[in-house]
Amino acid sequence: MADKITVGHVHMSGCTGCLVSLADNYGGLLTILDKYADLVYGLTLADVRHIPKMDVALVEGSVCIQDKLSVQEIKETREKAAVVVAVGGCACYGNITRFARGGQPNQPQHESYLPIGDLIKVDVYIPGCAPCPQLIRNVCVMAYLLLKGNKDQQELAKKYLAPLMQLAERGTEACGCDLMYDVVNQGLCMGCGSCAAACPVRAITHEYGKPNVNREMCIKCGACYAQCPRSFFNFDVVPEFEAIMDAIGAALK
Amino acid sequence: MAGELGKYKLCVSARSTDKAILKRAQDGGIVTQLFKFALEEGIIDGAIVAGPGDEPWRPRPFIATTVEELMTSSGTKYNISPQVSWIKEATRSFGLDKIGIVGTPCQMQAVRKGQLYPVGLRDVDDKIKLAIGIFCMENFSYQSIKQLVEDHAAMKMEAVRKMEIGKGKFWVYGQRGQVVQLPLKVTHKYEQPGCHVCLDYVANLADVSTGSVGSPDGWSTVFVRTRNGDDIWSKAIAAGCFETKPIEQVKPGLELVTKLATEKITKNQKTVEERAKFGVNKALRNPYLGPK
Ligand SMILES: Cc1cc2nc3c(=O)[nH]c(=O)nc-3n(C[C@H](O)[C@H](O)[C@H](O)COP(=O)(O)OP(=O)(O)OC[C@H]3O[C@@H](n4cnc5c(N)ncnc54)[C@H](O)[C@@H]3O)c2cc1C
Ligand code: SF4
Ligand code: SF4
Ligand code: SF4
Repeated sequence: MADKITVGHVHMSGCTGCLVSLADNYGGLLTILDKYADLVYGLTLADVRHIPKMDVALVEGSVCIQDKLSVQEIKETREKAAVVVAVGGCACYGNITRFARGGQPNQPQHESYLPIGDLIKVDVYIPGCAPCPQLIRNVCVMAYLLLKGNKDQQELAKKYLAPLMQLAERGTEACGCDLMYDVVNQGLCMGCGSCAAACPVRAITHEYGKPNVNREMCIKCGACYAQCPRSFFNFDVVPEFEAIMDAIGAALK
Repeated sequence: MAGELGKYKLCVSARSTDKAILKRAQDGGIVTQLFKFALEEGIIDGAIVAGPGDEPWRPRPFIATTVEELMTSSGTKYNISPQVSWIKEATRSFGLDKIGIVGTPCQMQAVRKGQLYPVGLRDVDDKIKLAIGIFCMENFSYQSIKQLVEDHAAMKMEAVRKMEIGKGKFWVYGQRGQVVQLPLKVTHKYEQPGCHVCLDYVANLADVSTGSVGSPDGWSTVFVRTRNGDDIWSKAIAAGCFETKPIEQVKPGLELVTKLATEKITKNQKTVEERAKFGVNKALRNPYLGPK
């Protein structure tokens, strides 16, 4: 297919788990690369030294502000990419790199790590640690529809991506505490349990139906709040789940 | 068809043909019967149900992989069971590839959001094979229901045989045959606050949804909604699992369901709007407008 979008994977201070999550789409990833997207940049996957112009940059990891090259590359990513997607907890919120304080061998002076949104404007968030392969897949398909689809497909993609764009606008701090601040304290929690299911470190249990976060365990990945139906629930998208899942499934055949 | 009753392919009044299920069921035993059929046919290899918890009438999400386990979960517990909390664990610790889940309308919303936006639900989206929704006007915390039963109805929790909300009242049936009814104006203040912004009454996003309203005692109203739900429901009917009657031929029928759904959604929509001007130029959050 001639009309592919160009995508790059930009690796900041992350553990490569996000890239592995992308790869965990297996056949689906091959279909995406075959039909919809050309991978124009990626440390491990594409033999390109400098960040080229691209439609979508998938950024993994936070930025070490003591590392000049990283700072330069994230700024360059913003210049070169039409859409910047923060993939994973570290790029969105700092995640475990929030707890870094330097002193590690090789580069002990590298101690300050910031979510990419503290340095550049970010368009779309995919929180989580590791981010879920299927959400990365869905966002890739929707990004393609947004840039190359017909009018209806563009409408759908806009609606689908809207809450993930709003998450990017919401800010660069996340914690299990968000469930208290923005859900329970706001009188919105209805006890579904999604937050506990989403937590990668099992920091959340339910006490009489309401989330109880073990704050010592929380790594600040942002998955719980984003998964909560009372953080966002878009009636123009979710009730169409059957048709949308069919469409994504068909796109990856 | 859409609107306050959601999209559906079919609506009937039904009850299980299995006497053992009917004996323990809240209404027509639709949930337990349909899961039993799906388990036996290998359509699911386990179902997340609200099983018995640590205190009387306190449910907890429980993964039933056998019919015996399933049977222990029948009946409505009017307090929160965070059903979705086990949805990823079901595919991991329990190794299920084909999951069934029952829940309230909000929990069905959580399941579908989780399939379309699986932020922390790796490898779950294609494993949900039967999502059964139950109608829901409101839910309670355990402490609320305990206060209603013990302080208002003056019964011990462990002595209760069944609880029910219907015909405008909250009913508590004791093991010894005693019945206490409380008017809903007593129960209202104990409702879970999060229910007051809920815009779904009949689990519009389930594969199959069911509740008592609309059908005669002992029968259930059933909406078959998705292609998948339709497929499983037709197989269950062909296997003789359910007796059915056209919804048009039962009383009070769809008219009452529509009326209650409209009342709930209108009232809660108003609450959502009032939250926008709750403080002095300060709004409470509106999840339907986004995560900010
Ligand atoms: C909080 C609540 C409010 C309800 N409000 C209404 C209403 O306004 N109108 C109406 O028509 N019906 C309502 N129902 C549904 C109704 O009470 C029955 O649960 C439904 O008709 C199913 O009956 P059944 O005989 O088919 O299921 P059964 O075979 O008896 O099985 C019931 C199933 O529901 C599950 N369950 C029980 N309690 C809970 C819970 N707290 N959370 C999640 N799952 C649970 C059990 O695990 C079991 O699998 C409500 C249910 C609940 C839990
Ligand atoms: S509680 Fe869990 S899911 Fe939520 S931010 Fe912390 S680690 Fe992530
Ligand atoms: S996901 Fe949200 S609504 Fe559901 S239990 Fe957690 S905080 Fe409450
Ligand atoms: S009223 Fe709505 S929010 Fe409350 S338990 Fe029922 S479905 Fe959930």
